[in-house]
Amino acid sequence: MHAAVVVFPGSNCDRDLAVAFKAAGAKVSMVWHKDSELPQGVDIVGIPGGFSYGDYLRCGAIAAKSPVCRSVAAHAERGGYVLGICNGFQVLTETGLLPGALLRNAGLKYICKTIGLKVETTASDYTSDYTAGQIIDIPIAHHDGNYFADAETIARLRGEDRVAFSYAENPNGAQDDIAGILSENRRVLGMMPHPERAADPVHGGIDGLALFRSLTGALATA
Amino acid sequence: MKARVHVMLKNGVLDPQGEAVRHALGALGFDGVNGVRQGKVIELDLAEGTTEADVTAMCEKLLANTVIESYSVELG
Repeated sequence: MHAAVVVFPGSNCDRDLAVAFKAAGAKVSMVWHKDSELPQGVDIVGIPGGFSYGDYLRCGAIAAKSPVCRSVAAHAERGGYVLGICNGFQVLTETGLLPGALLRNAGLKYICKTIGLKVETTASDYTSDYTAGQIIDIPIAHHDGNYFADAETIARLRGEDRVAFSYAENPNGAQDDIAGILSENRRVLGMMPHPERAADPVHGGIDGLALFRSLTGALATA
Repeated sequence: MKARVHVMLKNGVLDPQGEAVRHALGALGFDGVNGVRQGKVIELDLAEGTTEADVTAMCEKLLANTVIESYSVELG
């Protein structure tokens, strides 16, 4: 599996994500936001957490219009995998690769803590190594993680089994407790919690490991 | 020429910042503030000949996220 991790000015989880991909057995290339092409043979693009472009205008809005994001959209349209974590999830909604938007947390505070996350579906190459309904411990660290979409979109996401993760206890006001969603072809995943920060015993938890192992398992045989 | 773009959260989208401002106004003794919605104003300095349609396209593509925000354009 060849993973590309995008680096924007203001990204701060790019190296953590690269370490998690490598630990799961992937080859990793770092891609600068001004690069207009992805490296040859990339299976999955990781869009990391952080504060791309200082969160100016709206979180993820400027990053979504960057040269590299045009290539990421083309990669997704070809059926490529894209994983957006935290700010990466915000970028994916701003590009339109995933529906909805992330609003300011209902309590207005930046929240940084480990939370219980429910695995809603195992029918994806990101979640196949979990069991459905399993509660895993994963850190969140965001100010704008309050998932919003209209009622029709929420019903569609639920009906198509595209909610990958939900909060066991809603920390930010997200609609329907939604923490992470899949694209229609189930190859694009956006999530607010940080699995890459729970992927090594020194992190204090390894519940995020299975996500990276699910991916390498699926993409090694693809 | 100048254009001024107003961007607001759509009705029905919770505005926790506006709500916090409303609470703070109440705490200062300003009674009767029934609601506060907070938005942003973006001023554009544009080349002559830029049309309202151009500014609308800017709003649709970048300045507003129409999933959650509405916008209005004021020219001149």
